[in-house]
Amino acid sequence: MKSASIVKDKIFRQLLFVAAALIILISAGMIYSLTTGSFGAFSKFGFFKFTFTSAWNPTAGSENYGALSFIIGTLLTSFVALLLCIPFSLPVALFTGEYFKGTKIASFLGTVTDLLAGIPSIVYGLWGFYTLRPIVQSLGLGENGFGILTAGFVLAIMIIPYAASLSGEFFKLVPDDLKEGAYSMGATRLEVVRHISLPMAGTGIFASYVLALGRALGETMAVTMLIGNTNGIPFGLTSTGNTMASIIANQFGEADGLKLSSLIALGLLLFLLTAIINLIGRLIMKRVAVKV
Amino acid sequence: MKTIVRNLLIAAAALSAASCGNGSKADRSLAGAGGTFPVPYYNLAFQTYQKANKIEITYGAIGSGGGIRSLKDKVVDFGASDAFLSDAEMAGMPAPVIHIPTCMGAVVVAYNLKDVKNLKLTGDIIADIYLGKITRWNDARIAEINTGTTLPDKKITPVYRSDGSGTTFIFSDYMSKVSPAWKDAIGRGKSLKWSKGIASKGNPGVAGTVSQTEGAIGYIGSEYAFAQDISYAGIKNAAGEFITPNLTSISKAASGDMPADTRCMITDSQVEGAYPISCFTWILIYKEQFYNKRTAKQAQNTVALIRWMLGPEAQALTEKVNYAPLPQEVIENAKKQLSLVTYKDAQIETPENQNK
Repeated sequence: MKSASIVKDKIFRQLLFVAAALIILISAGMIYSLTTGSFGAFSKFGFFKFTFTSAWNPTAGSENYGALSFIIGTLLTSFVALLLCIPFSLPVALFTGEYFKGTKIASFLGTVTDLLAGIPSIVYGLWGFYTLRPIVQSLGLGENGFGILTAGFVLAIMIIPYAASLSGEFFKLVPDDLKEGAYSMGATRLEVVRHISLPMAGTGIFASYVLALGRALGETMAVTMLIGNTNGIPFGLTSTGNTMASIIANQFGEADGLKLSSLIALGLLLFLLTAIINLIGRLIMKRVAVKV
Repeated sequence: MKTIVRNLLIAAAALSAASCGNGSKADRSLAGAGGTFPVPYYNLAFQTYQKANKIEITYGAIGSGGGIRSLKDKVVDFGASDAFLSDAEMAGMPAPVIHIPTCMGAVVVAYNLKDVKNLKLTGDIIADIYLGKITRWNDARIAEINTGTTLPDKKITPVYRSDGSGTTFIFSDYMSKVSPAWKDAIGRGKSLKWSKGIASKGNPGVAGTVSQTEGAIGYIGSEYAFAQDISYAGIKNAAGEFITPNLTSISKAASGDMPADTRCMITDSQVEGAYPISCFTWILIYKEQFYNKRTAKQAQNTVALIRWMLGPEAQALTEKVNYAPLPQEVIENAKKQLSLVTYKDAQIETPENQNK
């Protein structure tokens, strides 16, 4: 009897091992094919020249590609989205995870926020195109309403559910006895949030925003419809531009040769960028965790 | 995503080709792959043919480049492309290939100006708009050829395709022919280096952006534009007339001198009454149909289908989905090309009940 369960345990362990190995294998495979695919571009232009120049000329004979304008476009839209999403997602998280924790209205709000994540990005794109863009245009923020700001705003709405529901969960995880202790010493609700909940849940909340940022970095469809798709360095929030994911989605279909390789190289850089941002996120989380 | 779809399609096409030669299923099906431009027409035509002839036709809309690759890999019965193969590309194919034009289309220059109907433009003016030399609609050069029309003092927003596209290729081919400045600064290709304006994905993207942006101008495939409520300009052709794109003026662009193998660009046509930014789309097949263990029946089916596509029934279908039919002389040319197709070096006989 006992030996049978030990065998079962062993089998389970093996299964877990295989599953974990599979994930590593898939990631390694992706990195491998991205690296080999981008070899043509990097050997022609050099890694640093490709990454830090902004040329994008697909005309046969004078082909020249650089990633800088797309890297800047990606970072700008994503951080604009992150900034714009905080004032919406933090109150939602506090509402569902702290002030109205466990009530029906909180679970209703939570469900509605989660629902936002289920809306296809093309729907966000169309909404941005037909509704938001004319508003941006009438406010005088950009000539045609296309640009970093419009794309960033729609992205912000798209990442709210990721930031809000996760950070709400972290608020819920704050131990009740700590909060009760504070209340017993005469703290108000706001003081409890400021001095107990926020510091305790801080790392988790930060992690959820890093996750949301990762989502914003890779978003393609809605961005393509709103950013203007101009292949130059954007010079401000109202200027048009392009992101790495968007140029890949746009150009991959009919690309070949050096251009195809350059697009794959962009994919590799996007992969690296996401990895670096996640890494920075982890490092900051570690620091904060030590403080608390 | 697109690659996944493409790979799946190629795999599907490969599967159907792999099953060739063993049994009757293969003898009753044909597989093709290629450009997205003719898809609405091919869908309609193949469906019509399928019903009458009990042959299953699958068409993978994977882009012209993909269609040529699939034919090169011999995984399809026919490839389809909006661009003909250059001599170098022809030499790169494993066996001689023939081109059969199937229908015609055009690129229209759409604009969004309230109360301005029947705008006239020339290639030079369009070039200078895209190069940023003409920035307002009431520019003297536009006003000069649009006498009687009040042009607003509005900024021009040029719109172009953000994705690689045959539409861009045909448009830029015409522009390079008529404007040396365009040729130097922008050139010709499926995707280009633009300096002014904004970009949108696909015909629907450009059409949407133009119709939502006052003062915008953009180029759109005629098969899409004709189905939309959108204004497009008359363009000055080589004969000096301002021609509005319609099915008749597009078809006219293909009359006149044509090479026997139909491989030519018909932009900037010299013919009177021809719309200058018109194009063919082709089906490509191997001249020798015996490859990959294909049966005589399969070869016969392929040729019969293409012969039918050149017949009056199929050509009449083009207009239903906003494509222009081929002029008679092009059809005669294409039929001559088709008669060169062989199976084991013998001419292929198709049933006489097919349209000639």
